[in-house]
Amino acid sequence: MRGRVARSAFALGSAGLVVLGIAGCNQSSPEENKAQANLKIVEQVQIDENGAEVKAPEGVKAADPAGDGKATCPPVSIAMAGALTGPDAALGINIKNGVQLAIDKHNAANPGCQVQLKPFDTEGDPQKATAIAPQIVDDQYTIGLVGPAFSGETKATGTVFDQAGLVATTASATNVTLSENGWKTFFRGLANDGVQGPSVANYLKNTKGFKKICVVDDSTDYGLGLSTAVRETLGPVAESSCNISVKKGDKDFSAAVTQIKGANPDAVFYGGYYSEAAPLVQQLRDAGVTATFSSADGTKDPEFVKQAGEASKDAVLACPCGPATGTFVDEYTKKFGMEPSTYSTEGYDLGTILVKGIDAGKITRPDLLDFVRTYDGQGVARKYQWTDKGELTSTLIWIYKVQ
Amino acid sequence: MIQECVEQFACQAANINFNVDGLLNGFWQLTVDGLSWGAIYALVAVGYTLVFGVLRLINFAHSEIFMLGMFGAYFCLDMILGFSPSGNAYNKGVTLTILYLGIAMLFAMLVSGTAAVGLEFIAYRPLRRRNARSLTFLITAIGMSFVLQEFVHFILPHIIKGYGGSNAQQPIILVQPKTQFTIFSASVSNVTLVVIVAALVLALLTDIAINRTKFGRGIRAVAQDSTTATLMGVSRERIIITTFLIGGLLAGAAALLYTLKVPQGIIYSGGFLLGIKAFSAAVLGGIGNLRGALLGGLLLGVMENYGQAVFGTQWRDVVAFVLLVLVLLIRPTGILGESLGKARA
Repeated sequence: MRGRVARSAFALGSAGLVVLGIAGCNQSSPEENKAQANLKIVEQVQIDENGAEVKAPEGVKAADPAGDGKATCPPVSIAMAGALTGPDAALGINIKNGVQLAIDKHNAANPGCQVQLKPFDTEGDPQKATAIAPQIVDDQYTIGLVGPAFSGETKATGTVFDQAGLVATTASATNVTLSENGWKTFFRGLANDGVQGPSVANYLKNTKGFKKICVVDDSTDYGLGLSTAVRETLGPVAESSCNISVKKGDKDFSAAVTQIKGANPDAVFYGGYYSEAAPLVQQLRDAGVTATFSSADGTKDPEFVKQAGEASKDAVLACPCGPATGTFVDEYTKKFGMEPSTYSTEGYDLGTILVKGIDAGKITRPDLLDFVRTYDGQGVARKYQWTDKGELTSTLIWIYKVQ
Repeated sequence: MIQECVEQFACQAANINFNVDGLLNGFWQLTVDGLSWGAIYALVAVGYTLVFGVLRLINFAHSEIFMLGMFGAYFCLDMILGFSPSGNAYNKGVTLTILYLGIAMLFAMLVSGTAAVGLEFIAYRPLRRRNARSLTFLITAIGMSFVLQEFVHFILPHIIKGYGGSNAQQPIILVQPKTQFTIFSASVSNVTLVVIVAALVLALLTDIAINRTKFGRGIRAVAQDSTTATLMGVSRERIIITTFLIGGLLAGAAALLYTLKVPQGIIYSGGFLLGIKAFSAAVLGGIGNLRGALLGGLLLGVMENYGQAVFGTQWRDVVAFVLLVLVLLIRPTGILGESLGKARA
């Protein structure tokens, strides 16, 4: 009887397919499978809050952690804190590798000054970070920190580092309020969340000259916050008939696509993550919507291109994170067997700044803190100089494009 | 947007529309899209309803059977038929595409069917042997649901490279959705057509199998009164296996149809919400009732699509579950009532 059931069930399936064949989706002649284009997320320009392009200063070389090779110092160490395991580990590892590269380059060039990197795994969890922060502070050899990586853990531990006078440079925590706690040791190596929304909105409106933009958010704190900023900055350019909220986790956007198609916009901005951005852009393209697709750091991930394929072509993605350029890419790829990714460059630049301080003889916590506070120099990603609150003096956003 | 909300952020968070024009303008399109979703819900719902009819068990792990079917279909296309994932459509032409889809569907059905029967063997049969209480079955079902999800999340990547893990599979798109014809201003794409036709045929055949064949009579007999059925010479254990098998096969077929609609949806957690929707569809139509599950699925798909047009996209699930609550308030046994064993089913 079991066999009969199985047979009938397979018969069901095949019969269904035969009927399909008869029903005949009268499709046009077979198309050649498009050659697998090697689409990548490539950096375009740096923009300021008005969306205007800012040219990188010509001829200014990025700081080199190797220095002059004559530095001498007692054994000191730099700590790195962030998620090194768990679901968000990719970003933490990117940062750690960046710092590691800077320190290794320094140590190789300066036999008289060996700096050690001490990584601490917070799993990105504020509670775990709170338990780890005292370990970092209690180690007398540690005079500088790159981290914590995420906003939540940075918020939870900022006071500890402030009291210990340990300079804490973050490569990725972008929550706006972090610099408003009065911490003297907090330095942010990139623009914060409050900059990204207005910058990208102005870029789309002023620089690109789009007249009608559909703004779609994913109803998360991140996506809604960002989209709200974009909608406010765009003003009337944000078409009200296609102001859409979808839900994170959704993969079918047929209703949203119909709405967007009806509005016939010049561009679509999506505030959310790549896992939804990929099906959204694909369904838009399938429906024949040719408007420029734009999004922000939640979507700037190689996974977006992998998932959306050809549909992701020409998508405009904003990110406070800087691109990896020049010899940094080769050195990084050679050392770690993978290309530098989001926040690797920030990790490298911040690590470089700290070892430069050590080379300059700043081998105590107060000295190194002072060094960072008054630092002014070009890195791989951008120019680093901080305000009293620990924000960069020039907060630029990078625009990337899938091509 | 509701005008009462004062604070702007709160207003945006509760961004609820009341756009009846949107519903009226897009009525036929929404109906067609909703039907194609409903057809998928209906196929999955059959698995819930049959098992409930026979065992009085809500098999919450059924959504993971569906999820395994998606991975099965993907595996077949990737490893057996040799389509490398790319995110771009292959568009091989009607005959070939249907052939490949057919093979992938059979493979997905095989994977899901095996998984469903395996689930019965590993998780439920030992409990039945020990005469466990129904609550134990329910907890086991939920537990197995997590076990299967986390298996795909953490263990599968070590078994087959590039499968499972935290990210969705890089999609394999056999055919790009293209409008084939329009009915009442609703454009019907090739994908929609395949989904609706395939699901209707499968549903029809399942209905015939349950109502017209000998083993179908056995299932109905056990559902109605398992003791008497056993006395009449029906093997209860065999009927139970058959029931799980049919549910699994249909879930596998639904999984392929779903990946056709949503190529980026192949992820360990991808069955969860769809499973709950399908379960709701089964309850809506009257759980334990085959035709109820089919009707409930189609109705839920269409109604939630209307709902999202009126209230806004993010309210889709809310509409679906509110509809469920309303129907149960008026008809606690669902639209067609609870009756797999009775003549009506």
